[in-house]
Amino acid sequence: MENDSPSAVNLVDLDFMDARARLLDVASFLDRVERAGQMDDYRVDALLKAIPLLQNAGPDRAAEILLSLSDPSDEPIPEAHTKGAAGAFSGNS
Amino acid sequence: MKYIEPHAHMVSRTTADYEAMALAGCQVISEPAFWAGYDRSSEQGFHDYFSLLTGFEPQRAAKFGIKHFTWMCINPKESEDVGLANAVIDLIPEFLKCDNVLGIGEIGLNKNSRNELGVLERHIAVADEHDQLILVHTPHLEDKLKGTKLIIDALKNFPNIKPERVIIDHVEEHTVAPVKDAGFWAGMTLYPESKLTSRRAIDILEKFGTDKIWMNCACDWGVSEPLATPKAARMMAQRGHSEKMIEKVFFDNPRDFMAQSPKFEI
Repeated sequence: MENDSPSAVNLVDLDFMDARARLLDVASFLDRVERAGQMDDYRVDALLKAIPLLQNAGPDRAAEILLSLSDPSDEPIPEAHTKGAAGAFSGNS
Repeated sequence: MKYIEPHAHMVSRTTADYEAMALAGCQVISEPAFWAGYDRSSEQGFHDYFSLLTGFEPQRAAKFGIKHFTWMCINPKESEDVGLANAVIDLIPEFLKCDNVLGIGEIGLNKNSRNELGVLERHIAVADEHDQLILVHTPHLEDKLKGTKLIIDALKNFPNIKPERVIIDHVEEHTVAPVKDAGFWAGMTLYPESKLTSRRAIDILEKFGTDKIWMNCACDWGVSEPLATPKAARMMAQRGHSEKMIEKVFFDNPRDFMAQSPKFEI
């Protein structure tokens, strides 16, 4: 890597509370959605499938989660019928 | 700290945003042409927009001591009306003569459709013909991986387009490697929810290095943060990075990329 090494910083001190808060937000989101009976949404399913990737070894967890949420196909679609994206692949390109 | 904001849609922002950016040390803003939030109804609407980007907006920025540059295109979100897209692309060469226009952008893909790809290829051809820099938008969320691959393939089909004169923006952890491996510049966009947080963007710098990469706020009419870029610089300092490294990412790199256009002067 061509950049200088950063000086030693305790990254756990710096970011643990932020990560803890975000993890609890995921947990409470799932609790909320379950209470509302909406667990069958494909986006929730995609989130649940991504969560075990947090326990993977190696420093590529973020990339692995993004890959798990991505459209895996290679060919352009015939026509765009919407402009937005949902955040998880629905199974239909 | 002086910095360059290499991607911001200032026509959608207030003078208070300009003032805040100037106070934070912003020297230069580069503003790619963008989607208005609705589809424009005619090429004349684009002509007016391009006139705004090349006329009034640089004057607005100058009031805050900020130099303003821009890029020309029709956004991929408006590619399904191919007739309109072609009419807009035909307008672009006239505007490439303007003093603050650095190139073609932000072109790219949105939903990865055939028409989007065709319009992207027409834009690349204009850049090729007029020897322009290119700024590329990659799709959102689940469409980003596939779109990034299609964009790289499309660019490689133009042998005269040099990768070092193209920046592929909005990379994330799963798309930065193919962009950098192909020799292109990579842009990282800091957004409150989608795209990248400052923490993740700095992680990418630490893994992939600081050559040929920049960060931007891409602030527009939606939920976005005009000061995201200097805030990320502050976070880099908290992470122990040197002033020299921070200046490289937030000033030297965007200057070096954009200075490939003879119009870019600070």
